[in-house]
Amino acid sequence: MADQATFADQAMEFMPALYTAALRMTRNAAEAEDLVQETYLKAYRAFHTFQEGTNLKAWLYKILTNTFINAYRSRRRRPEQTEIEDVEDLYLYRRLGGLEGATAGRSAEEEVLDHFTDSDVKEALESLPETFRMAVLLADVEGFSYREIADIMEIPIGTVMSRLHRGRRALQKALLEFGMERGLVGDRD
Amino acid sequence: MGEPVHDECWEAVHRLYHFLDGELTSEKRVEISQHLDSCHPCLEAFDFEADLRHMLAAKCRDHVPESLRDRVAWALRHEQEADPHR
Repeated sequence: MADQATFADQAMEFMPALYTAALRMTRNAAEAEDLVQETYLKAYRAFHTFQEGTNLKAWLYKILTNTFINAYRSRRRRPEQTEIEDVEDLYLYRRLGGLEGATAGRSAEEEVLDHFTDSDVKEALESLPETFRMAVLLADVEGFSYREIADIMEIPIGTVMSRLHRGRRALQKALLEFGMERGLVGDRD
Repeated sequence: MGEPVHDECWEAVHRLYHFLDGELTSEKRVEISQHLDSCHPCLEAFDFEADLRHMLAAKCRDHVPESLRDRVAWALRHEQEADPHR
């Protein structure tokens, strides 16, 4: 059982991560701030139920995710999109010509990654349907394990894996589109 | 070079995410590592995916506005004062 008096000392350091997640989820700065504040208040009130010694960051993410799903998502008019076009493994790498001319050292395909801006990457992630976006965010940006993501999103671990698998490939497709729009990736010749 | 055509390549690419996520059994992990040591195209592809992952984590950060820190700190203090015995 955690002592509420120590809540701020323990929890405040996670605000950058929570705020980043809130922005990706809501895609709106004002809503993201409200979501973070609400998360901290709920977490404070429930802190006596937190098991000291377990993962506080994951616990906070679970509250953030639940709050988002219950409050913010229901405001939307559009129904949640649960299907995405599936593309093959190594989608981006193949499109950049990766498998054709593997060379020693840092490859041209990897150089292309350097040219994506922060906003390209954020927008590409935000373009994914919500369920996929959250899974990719939790795994690739925050580094949570499958088990932790399953707990945070309250879904079976198999669902985590399939959402990640498809979400990651869809993200690659979105990145490629940004790359082409910005002329980072040309027609392959 | 071309497409990975061997069964081992197919197996490695199939398990790529589990490998990078650190979610393989140690036995499988060793198997894939050994394949990568001997298969340059697969190694390059894995490196690319690992780089992509790093880029994503690095370029997806946002600076917390000072006003938000203040707001949350204020809200927590207010909550504490409203019910100091909770």
